[in-house]
Amino acid sequence: MTTATETFFKSIQESNVPSYFSEGQAIRETAFQRLLEIGLPSNKSEEYRFTPISKTLEKKLVWETSTQASTLSSIEPFLIPGLDAHLIVLINGTFAKQFSNLGELENSVTVTTFAEADTQTKETIVKQLGSLNKSEDAFSLLNTAFYQEGIFIHVPKNTVVAKPFLILHINNAQQTQVVSHTRLLVIVENGSAVSVIEKSDSVGAHPCFHTFTEEIIVGEDATFDYCKVQNDSGLIHQVSNTTLSQSNTSKVNTFTLTLNGQLIRNNLSIVIDGEHCESHFHGLYLVTGNTLVDNHTVVDHQKPNSFSNELYKGIMDENSKGVFNGKIYVRPHAQKTNAFQSNRNILMSESATINTKPQLEIWADDVKCSHGCTTGQLDDEALFYLQARGIPYDSAKAMLLYAFALDVVALIKNDTLKSYVDGLITERLHRNF
Amino acid sequence: MLEIKNLQAKIGEKQILNGIDLKVNAGEVHAIMGPNGSGKSTLASVLAGREDYEVINGTVQFNGKDLLELEPSDRAAEGIFLAFQYPVEIPGVSTINFMKTAVNKIRHYRGQSPLDAVAFLQLMKEKMKLVEIDQSLLSRSLNEGFSGGEKKRNEIFQMAMLEPKLAILDETDSGLDIDALKIVAHGVNSLRSKNNATIVVTHYQRLLDYTVPDFVHVLYKGKIVKSGTKELAKELEAKGYDWIKNEAALV
Repeated sequence: MTTATETFFKSIQESNVPSYFSEGQAIRETAFQRLLEIGLPSNKSEEYRFTPISKTLEKKLVWETSTQASTLSSIEPFLIPGLDAHLIVLINGTFAKQFSNLGELENSVTVTTFAEADTQTKETIVKQLGSLNKSEDAFSLLNTAFYQEGIFIHVPKNTVVAKPFLILHINNAQQTQVVSHTRLLVIVENGSAVSVIEKSDSVGAHPCFHTFTEEIIVGEDATFDYCKVQNDSGLIHQVSNTTLSQSNTSKVNTFTLTLNGQLIRNNLSIVIDGEHCESHFHGLYLVTGNTLVDNHTVVDHQKPNSFSNELYKGIMDENSKGVFNGKIYVRPHAQKTNAFQSNRNILMSESATINTKPQLEIWADDVKCSHGCTTGQLDDEALFYLQARGIPYDSAKAMLLYAFALDVVALIKNDTLKSYVDGLITERLHRNF
Repeated sequence: MLEIKNLQAKIGEKQILNGIDLKVNAGEVHAIMGPNGSGKSTLASVLAGREDYEVINGTVQFNGKDLLELEPSDRAAEGIFLAFQYPVEIPGVSTINFMKTAVNKIRHYRGQSPLDAVAFLQLMKEKMKLVEIDQSLLSRSLNEGFSGGEKKRNEIFQMAMLEPKLAILDETDSGLDIDALKIVAHGVNSLRSKNNATIVVTHYQRLLDYTVPDFVHVLYKGKIVKSGTKELAKELEAKGYDWIKNEAALV
């Protein structure tokens, strides 16, 4: 283990796991032990080859989970204007009751922090916690060992939750550095539908390190819409581990938008454990400065007759770096699988980079799978065409970049969210490109 | 309106224009003909401001302005319009949105207030009729999946929308069947006035049957080697370009 001697990991080794949600203590301990065995990924680790996160953490931060209470006076700047949602706010990894507003929930929908759950719900949480996320990812284990807060959402059978959940992760590094770990568990029972938006923001001039792990269980004939918006300050280091499982005829749409941050790593894993499922997962990263954004995705087709479609696009400017790794597994039984993947990138400067790698492992013989990745610059011919019609260079460029990015947004159903995301993209393209 | 003097341009190390002189007045239609590789499209591109070409000598005055100093978008705003030989397909940008942006950017350049949605729509409907183009086509991504004829008609539609002072049609007739050709020519003709001018760049005579030029120039090896009236175009159609080449070789 090459990292063992490093200060950051040494501090992890020497720390005690939190006592929050004692019912889940055994799970914590197991994860912690496993983490101690494998250590943090070194630069030789294949999964983190282009993303030197351990080194960066070592250099920038002290390992000490934040416990301080929030000093924010308002969360207004982080909200999505006009969005009617069940609001859950976490500041520096702790549930901020004063800012959260669950509003009216449909009958028997449960939303609670792990610690405040009733006995029966706690049993459910313990049973499901970590049942999906078998990841050997060091940061997933780290999160399981050290999460400070967990949010549990349970949607019972045949219930359509009309309004989306908006979960705000705010890291406030105005006074000092922030290290925070949060967790989400969602169970969508058969025939139900729910939409979750997770938005992360950070403020302050000190560095942050935030891990969050989401486990989402989507029942038969259920629909789950998920949107992640990462619009942090340029000093956050963030690793998210999102695992979804799908049962028969369920539908999942995910959209991951990354606009800012120091180092952002998203591990998204979808286990299609049912027939006739449909999953669309889109991603868009528009980055500049020194931001590094790394999307690692896995789609695991375990049963026959399902469909998955993955589309990730990126525009990288200045010294930013993009990493995309898309794994598709089609297991021996998963005949008649349709699985598609596409990753397209535009590099706007000489020093921007992208490393993209599709990885398909197909054991079934009667499937349709395709993948493709492209990296290029803006089409000069198209740029000239727009200019020749009177559109100045900068506007022409923004127009082409916007058109490039646009189809990824198509999955978003909520109009308010859609126009918000659209606004973020427009603003970014006009401002920085 | 347009005065080109001794224009020389190269692409890479290859010089394509070897000293073009041409004067175009308002109200005139000029045809520029010539064999393949004579520099016709290069001339059109240089006038519109395509960056691939480097002007090494000469001047171009457009309504008293030094055209070569202007950005391509400013040239368009000054009233130059290039109908592309190969219109570009741009996924994700509809012709309508594209035109709305273009019209208003040009208006902004000219110090006019932007057109509101109603006025824009009205203008669009009027111009659509002129080139017999369907609105559903214009709602789609720009030129994406359009047939050759649809693309060219879209060029003329854009020209109608932008009402240029000088329209340069680069091989607009290539790849058109006779019906499409008539529609395109009709569009071009209806936009002619005593205040604007047109340069028709073409290899063949056929568009000139419908859009009758006042002057015909023959370009060969990057120079205008012969100028005349519409009769010259007919002569070229009948006799081909070889006699021009021979004549040029003698000079």
